[in-house]
Amino acid sequence: MGIEKIIFYVFAALSVYGALMVITVRNPVKAALYLVFTFFASAGVWILLEAEFLAIVLVLVYVGAVMVLFLFVVMMLDINLAQLRAGFVRYLPVGVAVAVAFAVMLIMLVGGDWFGGFAPPPPSPAEVSNTRELGRLLYTVYVYPFEIAAVILLVAIVAAIALTLRRRSGVKYQTPGQQIAVRRQDRIRMIDMPSEERK
Amino acid sequence: MTFELSDLLTLLPETVLLGITCAILIADLFIPQRSRMVTYLMVQTALVVTLLLLLTSFAGERQVILSGTFVRDTVGDVLKIAVLLAAFVTFLYARDYLRARNMFRGEYYVLGLFGVLGMMILISAHSLLTIYLGLELLSLSMYAMVVLQRDSSLASEAAMKYFVLGAIASGMLLYGMSLLYGVTGSLDLAAIAEALQAGRAPGVILSFGLVFILIGVGFKLGAVPFHMWIPDVYHGAPTAVTLYIGGAPKIAAFAMLLRLLVEGMPGLHEHWQAILVVLAVLSMALGNVLAIAQTNIKRMFAYSTISHVGFLILGVLTGTDSGVASSLFYTLTYVLMAVAGFGMILFLSRQGFEADELDDYKGLNQRSPWYAALMLVIMFSMAGVPPFLGFWAKLVVLEQVVAAGMTWLAVVGVVFSIIGAFYYLRIVKLMYFDAPEDTSPLNPNVEMRMALSLNSLAILYLGVFPGGLLALCQSAILP
Repeated sequence: MGIEKIIFYVFAALSVYGALMVITVRNPVKAALYLVFTFFASAGVWILLEAEFLAIVLVLVYVGAVMVLFLFVVMMLDINLAQLRAGFVRYLPVGVAVAVAFAVMLIMLVGGDWFGGFAPPPPSPAEVSNTRELGRLLYTVYVYPFEIAAVILLVAIVAAIALTLRRRSGVKYQTPGQQIAVRRQDRIRMIDMPSEERK
Repeated sequence: MTFELSDLLTLLPETVLLGITCAILIADLFIPQRSRMVTYLMVQTALVVTLLLLLTSFAGERQVILSGTFVRDTVGDVLKIAVLLAAFVTFLYARDYLRARNMFRGEYYVLGLFGVLGMMILISAHSLLTIYLGLELLSLSMYAMVVLQRDSSLASEAAMKYFVLGAIASGMLLYGMSLLYGVTGSLDLAAIAEALQAGRAPGVILSFGLVFILIGVGFKLGAVPFHMWIPDVYHGAPTAVTLYIGGAPKIAAFAMLLRLLVEGMPGLHEHWQAILVVLAVLSMALGNVLAIAQTNIKRMFAYSTISHVGFLILGVLTGTDSGVASSLFYTLTYVLMAVAGFGMILFLSRQGFEADELDDYKGLNQRSPWYAALMLVIMFSMAGVPPFLGFWAKLVVLEQVVAAGMTWLAVVGVVFSIIGAFYYLRIVKLMYFDAPEDTSPLNPNVEMRMALSLNSLAILYLGVFPGGLLALCQSAILP
């Protein structure tokens, strides 16, 4: 067993462990942190696949930005843990039975043996730039799906704003333009006062 | 790959629609609420322009462009034209309803247009990737439209259910697609069909992937047992949105069935046929029986949709070209009837009154004989009474099922249509033989009166002369 395989199994095991913890821990903040851990482990697997750019983007974008935002949201929401846990024991037997049956079926039916039809691609030479190749593919072969994905994101923005933007009356807000345009005379009044003597 | 300028020409309708939609999105910000009509007119212009672009290049040579992700063919053109027409009529019917409920804002129309774009992308998809993306674009727009009336708890509940179930269904679909990709090594539908035909892929994985894909498609179509969302969403959403969801997206769902199964997996026909038989029988049975128990007309239409989806599947499952053509005919017929049916609910509703209970239709004949007659046409057509269009749709589908040697299935279809006729005819009875409870005058705008009359008369006209539409459907599918 080569070093590559050992690294693969270590990272794969870590990411499976992290993913399991995400759905089993009770505290949502811990779950989010385990998700971060899972992303790190998957980034390791991607580096092994020579997808360095994707691995770095995964860490930067998902771990650095998305999950941190998510953590903020989870911490700000007052999630009632007792309510989340209600019914856990009642649904546990059914859930476990379905999960085990499903896992057994998956392992029997879609094990790795069936996917041997294609030889792994040869490792690319050292001078091939991962980032450049990705960019080239996105803007040539996959330009149409890429553009549609952009439209989907636009729709998501429109939908999010349409659903949350409310114009309330009587809201107090600041107008930065007026704040900047303020002059000294508007705020400070100079008063002449005779000095008093200390008694 | 080489990028030809002519590729962009083939893609012109979609590109133009996207461009105008984005322009409307921005222009709408600067339009004051009292002149929101301008937005409405721009939206309808966008649809008409796209329609004209499609018509000028209608039924050209079949072209697969953009590295096999996009296909332009006659059946796609027919479906897209139907989608655009359905959306046009939908927006027209919805206008007064939205205005009366303080929802006459740009969001409904912009999201609606993005949904139309998603449908067009789905119809023209030639790769698993574009099918998924088109579907998501359509679904995302619809999730948001359902909950546009934010203060309605019924709508929020419906949207939440729709969103969660829709996300699960998308996950199932993606998992199935990934399995299919794993064993065929391609996302391109033509390449997948070829790999399956050559028998290069292991059967176990294929049937496993196929099941997951069918779960996803079944959900989007609303076939039993993946129909749970339909009654709640149809009932909970504002009627203007129900009209949108109940109309054009059914055409897109049919296109998805066509592209994925008939074009992508003809080699697995006997596998998917068996599953579709179960879906079709369950849908026809459950839809028709449960519709009888409903007192809300939107819920009743929801269950009736489920039963019509069962019929629609019947044609596709034969796997023959003429079978698929009969399904296409059924889809177009159904959308024509559904748009008219929901249009009638909008027609009767007014400020503060939804007209969505069956009792609201009591004595319609005394209030307005003409519109009662139109509703009669719609109901008879949905029930499949000759000489209305719905009869021919059912007939051609059943004909193809018998031709494929599944006479028992055709008998099941007939039995459940007869059971289904009950709840359509009940509305006719309410309209003609009961005294009206509500006698307020009906005064929708002139355009709505004309469009609704035309829409219903089209059902009658096409029922008397179905040849043209039938020939169009056949020429679209048959090579």
